[in-house]
Amino acid sequence: MKIRFVSFAAALVMTAMVPVTASAAELTVGLASEPSAIDPHYHNLGPNNEMRRHIFESLVWQDEQQKLTPLLATSWEPTSETTWEFKLRKGVKFHDGSDFTARDFVYTACRIPMVPNSPSSFTIYTRAMKKIETPDPHTLIIHTEKPYPLLPVELAVWGIISATANGVTEDITYNPDGMGCGITTFPQTKDFNSGEATIGTGMFKYGEYIKGDRYVMNRNEDYWGEGTEWDKVTFKPITNSAARVAALLAGDVDFISKPPTQDLERLEKDPNVTLSSIGSNRVIYLHMDQYGPSTPGVKGTGKPEGKYEGEGPCATTDCEKNPLLDRRVRKALSMAINREAIVDKVMGGYAVAAGELLPQGFFGTNAGAKPEPYDPEGAKKLLAEAGYPNGFELVLGTPNDRYINDAKIAQAIAQMFTRIGVKTSVNALTKSVFFATRNKYEFSIYLAGWGAGTGEMSSPMRALVATRDKSRGLGGTNRGRYSNPALDDVILEALATVDDDKRAALLAKSSRMAMEDYSILPLHFEVTIWAHRADLTYGARADQYTMAIGIKSKK
Amino acid sequence: MLAFTIRRFLQSVIVLFVMSVIVFLGIYAIGNPVDILINPEADIAEQEETIRRLGLDKPVWTQYFTFMTNALQGDLGGSFVHNEPALRIIMERLPATMELAIGAVGLAILIGIPAGMIAGLKPESIVGRGIMAGSILGFSLPTFWVGLMLIMLFSVMLGWLPASGRGDTVELFGIQVSFLTWDGLTHIFLPALNLALFKMSLVIRLSRAGTREVMLQDYIKFARAKGLSEVRVIRVHVLKNILIPVVTVLGLELGSVIAFAVVTETVFAWPGIGKLLIDSIGNLDRPLVVAYLLLTVTMFIIINFVVDILYSLLDPRVRLGDVKS
Repeated sequence: MKIRFVSFAAALVMTAMVPVTASAAELTVGLASEPSAIDPHYHNLGPNNEMRRHIFESLVWQDEQQKLTPLLATSWEPTSETTWEFKLRKGVKFHDGSDFTARDFVYTACRIPMVPNSPSSFTIYTRAMKKIETPDPHTLIIHTEKPYPLLPVELAVWGIISATANGVTEDITYNPDGMGCGITTFPQTKDFNSGEATIGTGMFKYGEYIKGDRYVMNRNEDYWGEGTEWDKVTFKPITNSAARVAALLAGDVDFISKPPTQDLERLEKDPNVTLSSIGSNRVIYLHMDQYGPSTPGVKGTGKPEGKYEGEGPCATTDCEKNPLLDRRVRKALSMAINREAIVDKVMGGYAVAAGELLPQGFFGTNAGAKPEPYDPEGAKKLLAEAGYPNGFELVLGTPNDRYINDAKIAQAIAQMFTRIGVKTSVNALTKSVFFATRNKYEFSIYLAGWGAGTGEMSSPMRALVATRDKSRGLGGTNRGRYSNPALDDVILEALATVDDDKRAALLAKSSRMAMEDYSILPLHFEVTIWAHRADLTYGARADQYTMAIGIKSKK
Repeated sequence: MLAFTIRRFLQSVIVLFVMSVIVFLGIYAIGNPVDILINPEADIAEQEETIRRLGLDKPVWTQYFTFMTNALQGDLGGSFVHNEPALRIIMERLPATMELAIGAVGLAILIGIPAGMIAGLKPESIVGRGIMAGSILGFSLPTFWVGLMLIMLFSVMLGWLPASGRGDTVELFGIQVSFLTWDGLTHIFLPALNLALFKMSLVIRLSRAGTREVMLQDYIKFARAKGLSEVRVIRVHVLKNILIPVVTVLGLELGSVIAFAVVTETVFAWPGIGKLLIDSIGNLDRPLVVAYLLLTVTMFIIINFVVDILYSLLDPRVRLGDVKS
C-alpha cells in the first residue's frame, strides 16, 4: 500500500516536473551585410533601410514589385502642380502607446537634416518639401518648389519617429532651412542603438541590438494592421557566404540572403531547403569613357585628335586616342557580348539579359525592349568601318566583391571582346579601391551595377547617363561622363511631369535615346535569391531587401 | 630596472607615433570612404556636402594634425560608419575576442605541452611520430579551410555544435562574457579550436625540442640518481625548464591572436575586433582602423614588456639590462 502510494506520488511529481513550453514562433535570419546603426535617418544604406521597415513605418509602402501602396497614409493625390495632399491613417499607435498624427511626420522631417556625421544623409528625400501644412491631425498638405512627381516615392524611403516620445509636445512648423524647425534637441544615433529612442509604429518592436552579433525584434501586439505571426525575430550578420550557407544547413538559422552561386545546386537538391527568387531591379552595366579625345586604358589606337581638357589622368600624362567616342565602336562592343551565355554559364541561370536599364514592366520602360543580339562577325565589320580593322588593346575595370560574380562576368566579357579583336585585360579591385579609381577617371571602361531605389526609369537615367551637372542634380554616378544635351532635356522634362502616364512616356523615350546612342551597355538584371527552411515562404522583392515582414510559414 | 622601464617607455612612444603616421597616410592614400558609404542615388551636391561634413576635404596634414590633437586628449575620433567614438566601439567588442583568444591559448597550452612532452619523451614511438605529423598539419593547413571543415563536420553533418555566432552572455564585473553559460561554451569551442591549432603546433614542437634537450642534462641524471620518481622528474624538473621558450613564444602569439583573429572571426561570424577591423578597412573607416592599430601596438608593447620581466623571473641568470628590446 505504502509502496503504491509512494510510486503514485513519485509519478505525479515527475509529470509536474516536465516543463511545459509554450511553442513560441521564433525566426532566425542570417544576413549577408549588417546594418551600421539602428537610427532610421543616419545612413541611407540597404541593410539599414531593411531593418528600419520592421520598426519604423513610412507614409507609403513599396510592395514586392516596388509599386506604391498605402501604409501610414491611406491616400494621396496632387492637388496642383506643386502641391500634394496626403490623408493619414487613423488609430495608429506608436510602440509607447502615443497616437500617430501629422505632427510626427513634421517632426521627422525636421530631424533628418539634423543628424550629425551622417555618411549618407536622407536630406535628398526631404529637400523637395518647401512647406508642410497640417490642417488637421490626419491630413498633410506638402508644397514643393517645382512640380515634383517623385514625392510619394521618396516618402516611402524614410520612417517616421514619434514627436511625443522624444519630448516634443507643442505644435511644430516645418522650416526647410534644415536647422531643426526651432527644436533644440533631437535623439542621437546612440539612443537608437540602445533602444531608448527606437519607438516606431511598425509590426515589430526593438528587442536587443548587439553590434556584429545580433538584432532581436519582438512582435508588436498592438499593431494597427494584420501584423506578423512571429513572436521574436533574430537577425544575425554572417558575412562569409560559406559560413552563412553552413548555418542554414546546420539549422542555426532559418533563412539566409545571398547564397553564393556555386552552392545553389546543392541547396536546390536539399529537401529541407527551398529557394525563393525574383528578378530584381539591379542592372549590371558597362560604362565607357566618352569624355575627351584621349583615354587612359587603351593602346594601339594612335595619337589623340586634340588636347585633353579637364579632370582625369590624361590631362597630365600621354594617353592614346579614345576609340569609344565613336558610336560604331560602342555598338561593336555591345554586339560582341553574348549576354545569354553570361546568364547561363556565369550566373547559373539566375539573371535576365537586359535591353535597357530597368526590367520589363517597371515604370518608364519600353515594352519589348530586347537585349542587343549577339553578333561577333557584325561587330568585327563595324570596328573595321570605324577605322580599327586590327582592333586595339583595352583595360576593363571591375570590383571583385561588390556585385554577384562581378569579376567573373568581367573576365567573360574580356574574352568576348578579345574574340573580335579588342584585346582586353581585366583590372579587378576590391570595392574601396575600385570606387576611388573610378572616381578619378582612371578607367576607360568599367563594370558596375545600379539598383533603382524608386523603381522607375528616372533613377538610372538621371544618375548614369545625364550630363554631370551639380546644379541640376544630374549625373551623380555618370563616371563615363557621357553627355547628350537633348537627352538631358527629356530627362529634366520627365522629372518635372506630375502626370504618371506622360512621365512614363517621356522616361521610355529617354531610355530609347540612351540605348540607341549606346551611351551605356546594360548586361543583365540580377535575380535575387534567398534560401530558407522548406516550411517557410518569402514574398521575394525586386528591390532585393530581406525582411521578416515577408517571411511566412507554409500553411 | 628603472632605467630599463624608462628606455622601453620612450621607445614605445616613438613606435606609436610612427605607426599612427603610417596607418593614417596609408588609408588616406587608398581613397575616400564617402564613395563606399554614400547611397548611389545621392547627387553630386550631396556627395560633396558629405565629404565636407566628415572633414575629408581638408588637406591630409590638417586632418592628421586634428587627429593628433584629439588623440592626445584621449579622443581617437568617431567612426565614419557607426557614428560612435572609435575607442568605445573597439572596447565593446574586445571582450568577445579576448574570450576567444584566451580560450585558444588555453587549449594550445593544455593540449600542446603534454603532447609535446610525450613526443619528446618517446620520440621513436608511434604516438610520438603521430603527434609530430599532426603538428605539421596544424601549422600548414590554412585557418580558413580548417574552420569551414570544422563547421561542415560538427555542425552540418553531426549537428553537435552551432555553426556560428556567440552564445548567450552574462555580466561579469561589468563585461559581457559567454563562457559562463553552456550555450556560450558550445559556441566558443569550434572557433577557439580553429584559432588554437596553429599555436598548438608551435607549442608541441617547442615542447618536444625542449624536452629532448633537457632530458640529456646532468641535473636530470642527478635527480634520478637521487631516487626521485620518474613522474616527479618530468613534472617538476623537465616541465619548468622547457617553459622559457614556450612562454616567450606564447606571449608574442597571444598578442597576434587578440589582434588578428580576423579569419576565424569572419568564418564563425564571431563579433570580435578582428572582424570589426576587416570590415572597417573595407569601408575605409579610417578613425576605427587607426584607433585599432594604435591599440594593438600598445598591447604588443605591454605584452613584450611583461614577457621580458617574466623571462628574468623564470631564469635568475638573466639580468634585465641584457635584454635588448
